[in-house]
Amino acid sequence: MKYVIIGGGAAALSCIEGIRSIDKAGEITLVSKETYPFYGRPLISYLLEGKTTMENVLAYRPADYEATHGVHALRGETVTAIDASAHTVALASGELLPYDRLCITTGSVPFIPPMDGLEQVEDKTTFWTLDDALGLKAMLGEGRDKRVLILGAGLIGLKCAEGILHLAASVDVVDLAPRILPAVLPEEPAAIVQRRIEKDGVRFTLGDSVARFEPNLAHLKSGGEIPFDVLVLAVGVRPNAALAADAGCRVERGIVISSGCETSVPDIYAAGDCTAQSDPETGKPRVLAIWPNAMMQGETAGRRMAGGEASFDKGVPMNATGFMGLHLISAGSYDGELLLSRTPDAYKALYVRDDRLVGFIMLGDVERAGIYTSLVRERTPLSSIDFELIRETPQLMAFSATERARKLGGAHL
Amino acid sequence: MKKVYVNEQWCLGCHLCEYYCAFANSGKSSMIKALKDRHIAPRIRIEERNNISFAVSCRHCTDPLCVKSCISGALSIADGAVMVDSSKCVGCFSCIMACPYGALSRSEAGVIQKCELCKKNEFGMPLCVQGCPNKAIVYEER
Ligand SMILES: Cc1cc2nc3c(=O)[nH]c(=O)nc-3n(C[C@H](O)[C@H](O)[C@H](O)COP(=O)(O)OP(=O)(O)OC[C@H]3O[C@@H](n4cnc5c(N)ncnc54)[C@H](O)[C@@H]3O)c2cc1C
Ligand code: SF4
Ligand code: SF4
Repeated sequence: MKYVIIGGGAAALSCIEGIRSIDKAGEITLVSKETYPFYGRPLISYLLEGKTTMENVLAYRPADYEATHGVHALRGETVTAIDASAHTVALASGELLPYDRLCITTGSVPFIPPMDGLEQVEDKTTFWTLDDALGLKAMLGEGRDKRVLILGAGLIGLKCAEGILHLAASVDVVDLAPRILPAVLPEEPAAIVQRRIEKDGVRFTLGDSVARFEPNLAHLKSGGEIPFDVLVLAVGVRPNAALAADAGCRVERGIVISSGCETSVPDIYAAGDCTAQSDPETGKPRVLAIWPNAMMQGETAGRRMAGGEASFDKGVPMNATGFMGLHLISAGSYDGELLLSRTPDAYKALYVRDDRLVGFIMLGDVERAGIYTSLVRERTPLSSIDFELIRETPQLMAFSATERARKLGGAHL
Repeated sequence: MKKVYVNEQWCLGCHLCEYYCAFANSGKSSMIKALKDRHIAPRIRIEERNNISFAVSCRHCTDPLCVKSCISGALSIADGAVMVDSSKCVGCFSCIMACPYGALSRSEAGVIQKCELCKKNEFGMPLCVQGCPNKAIVYEER
């Protein structure tokens, strides 16, 4: 069996693991645009911040991983086209690679809205790859004298701000939305996080956008101006689905995949940020561009490609991150009755609908948050547990003794 | 593989397992040196309420959600046990978000700690189990 994987991120890695859990002998070829071995993309801000090292970033898996897993990796190589009927992929080098089963894990591409004068800005970058991060570091230099303007107050923009704050003279963040983390948090918790980030010196301009750039000056729609030396574009990302669309795969923003990670074209699978999978709430395809999703889908795709059984349909939006020491974990949707608790150093919101916990947000104290995540993921009927108890703190005591025996006594593990 | 299993009905709620865990991972030579006047941060935790108590530590899941969620590669599976390399951990707590048992916690250094079945310390076999006076936690195949 000949397997080809396009992309070299989280989904590609777990696709290999899925294949190898079943087929130890088949030929696996991986084609990845980036030249680095597997690395944790979310680590790039921690690298700039000094919380990890280049050596650790590149050691997501042991150095001999590809050798021990029988992977032939073509790094620094790009797939230019897929011919689904001939079962081949074309490489930029001109080579044609035959496949029996193909997995597309092309990830996301940063989205750059057209903006007047952007081409005049010399030092600008997106913040998505390790090369982006290293390039940004080089632009900032050692002098701590560069003023940075970040467009986008989403997770990526804010992690970037945290990562470079100590390397920059100043950091300004501009977002069209009236609050930070608009896709992750409602107003109140967003304001708490914003205050924490501002305390360390990041300046926010919200509900505004750039009308026009001069080489070192942003003119805002509101009439204001922000001078800068380095510009970071973190407005958002889009699924990188063009290759799949050209190959005939059904694409609705992302490459539409089944719970077995099959695309609409035989023998072509897809996983990770580039996909859209049916949302259990609405039944419509939804893009979930997060790390755990890429890992779950990649493994499912890999097992299926190798002829095994696997399915994944429990994708839940979730985030774990922190800013300046303030931890944040959230999961699910916020469409439900809000049960709120606040203490001086913690904020917790639980969202309940139809006898289920549909989502939650924890700020500050995030201890044992995964117990809540599992209620969301497993759609546990709240009437089957002691909800008053678990509402106070996440705990296994809230489950029945039988359920605990199963969980802790290994009655089924 | 051998794992730590809980016999809830035998748990006395004495918290000895927590103390043994803290000692086993302290690197100190005696329990007194390790624990005297200190706030302990064990990797096994007792939950208790009314007359019920039980210990919770990592289940070493066959398909661990924590490992899949880890953005740094700090968590990995070695011979069936889920291990943590704290030098790689960046403290994002994605693993805390993912673990259905609430079995990972923050260490004093701000990174992740979890039960590693005493495989990395000098005891080589879970000291919590050895310290439990009533066999409410056992280390066995099931
Ligand atoms: C700064 C930052 C912080 C983040 N923080 C978090 C977080 O805390 N939690 C979380 O869940 N997620 C986070 N994410 C998102 C997370 O990194 C992604 O969801 C995850 O990496 C997706 O993995 P993937 O394998 O689908 O895609 P990617 O990791 O993007 O991999 C796709 C790969 O395919 C390659 N490729 C594309 N087209 C081709 C082609 N034609 N030929 C060859 N190769 C190609 C690309 O170069 C890329 O290497 C963060 C992302 C960033 C940038
Ligand atoms: S930490 Fe949690 S998810 Fe990870 S192996 Fe242990 S019990 Fe399973
Ligand atoms: S806190 Fe550490 S061990 Fe947990 S997911 Fe993040 S990097 Fe991995």
